[in-house]
Amino acid sequence: MAVIERPDRSVPSGPLFDAEEERIARRKRTEAIARWVIPLVVMIAAIVTWDRLVVVNEIPHYVLPRPGLVLETLWTDRAILFPALLVTLRITALALLVAVVGGVGLAILFAQSKFAEMSFSPFAVILQVTPIVSIAPLIFIYIENRLIGLLLCAWIVAFFPVLANTTLGLKSADHNLRDLFSIYRASRWQRLIHLELPSALPYFLGGLKIAGGLALIGAVVAEYVAGSGGLASGLAFRILEAGYRLNIPRMFAALILIAATGVVIYAATSLTAHLALRKWHESALKRE
Amino acid sequence: MALTADPHDMTQTRPAILRMREVDKTFTGNVLALRRMSMEVRQGDFISLLGPSGCGKSTALRLIAGLMRPTIGRIEWDGGASAEDLGVVFQEPTLMPWATVEKNVWLPFRLRGKSFAASRDQIHEALALVGLTGFEARYPRELSGGMKMRVSIARALVTNPRLILMDEPFAALDEITRQKLNDDLLALKAQTNATVIFVTHSVFESVFLSDRILVMAARPGRVIREIAVQERYPRGIDWRTSPDYARIARETSDTLHGALAPGEVH
Repeated sequence: MAVIERPDRSVPSGPLFDAEEERIARRKRTEAIARWVIPLVVMIAAIVTWDRLVVVNEIPHYVLPRPGLVLETLWTDRAILFPALLVTLRITALALLVAVVGGVGLAILFAQSKFAEMSFSPFAVILQVTPIVSIAPLIFIYIENRLIGLLLCAWIVAFFPVLANTTLGLKSADHNLRDLFSIYRASRWQRLIHLELPSALPYFLGGLKIAGGLALIGAVVAEYVAGSGGLASGLAFRILEAGYRLNIPRMFAALILIAATGVVIYAATSLTAHLALRKWHESALKRE
Repeated sequence: MALTADPHDMTQTRPAILRMREVDKTFTGNVLALRRMSMEVRQGDFISLLGPSGCGKSTALRLIAGLMRPTIGRIEWDGGASAEDLGVVFQEPTLMPWATVEKNVWLPFRLRGKSFAASRDQIHEALALVGLTGFEARYPRELSGGMKMRVSIARALVTNPRLILMDEPFAALDEITRQKLNDDLLALKAQTNATVIFVTHSVFESVFLSDRILVMAARPGRVIREIAVQERYPRGIDWRTSPDYARIARETSDTLHGALAPGEVH
């Protein structure tokens, strides 16, 4: 049998440079930087354009304020805006909390009993598909307490994605693992804790990301509908109020706060999801 | 564990742990999945259920596991064994992706209320048996297909069950990995004298591993012949190339193909 001698490849002999691989590596490095730099540059460019448009066209500040004026208003009106922000934040956070508890609770109930799901899921769907602005006036007629009314509105908007996603997640547990749990005579409780809830976690966290944004929308919309002022008014009411007074810079300032709140909520829920799943779930894995 | 299985001298003395008596299973729509299946599983047996798809071999396994009940006939457990005293390996590794290797192997104990600390020694022993020492804290996604299957086997072994059910465990693996796992399963068998029912559609796998082969046929699913493989455990490395192996494989293959209806292709 002829044995073909092969050169010893354990010591690198050829060039240790591959042009294509180097190009790919360079592109990856560039992309990593661009991911942060490009949105920032475009955002700054947009703001500068906004400013120039106002100045060049001599648009009065009660129609469109310059970005600088909006920032200034954010500072000068802080005594009005920040308490309002806290009110909106509180309603959003509470609504999200109740949405999580209610959504997960209901999902667990649905997973335990098909009949419960058949009975109650139509209500959940109807609540979800009916625009909150059309339900809210009724809610404020029936519910005296303004805070509870606001909470209820925000909750109706926010709970459905939690419910729908968690229900799907609880059902998506591996069927072989279900068999294994049956073979080991696991109780219903053990099955829920050790199999169904962990299986549902990625789905739940996906629902949470959506619900976070929706809770804020629900809180703001409900406040528009509730309309009444007073000490405990949130940002939405401040926008309405500023609109009546043609205080356009303050409207913009309040808008910026709402948008920033939304971004922070999204970042927080995304971070939560990442931290909870990074060790094991496909969605959180880095491809090498 | 010096116990070495010897199915020939001790056949009558080894206690039966499970008897299937004339078991039928009919699915809705008058599909007869299994007809008149009888078998006796004795301590230390390595039984292969061999047959084409649709022959009821997985149904038989699910019946034994207690996941379904026979339409008629009985399944009797003997000698203190019960359906709770099982280890199961599926075709997929069926691990919990959110749990580490050792937490996955802990599962059977955990469901019986045994703490991790109290189970740790047995868990590490089972992992050592399948050659996974050092991988305790890894997550399933970090392991190859063959290693995941080893974890699954460790989980089935960890409680030292009276009977281990394996449902085509290596069918989804590549040939090289499958052969390695077959070798290791034989070594495990010699070491632990576990009693195994092994579902497969590979003639070679069944002859290589088991001491009793139940050849099954489809439509309706039934056992058509039992073939004994009189080669002692531990089976050496030359078993795969021995004339006996070739002869029994040929015989098994003929039985299997003789049972197929003319023109039926599998």
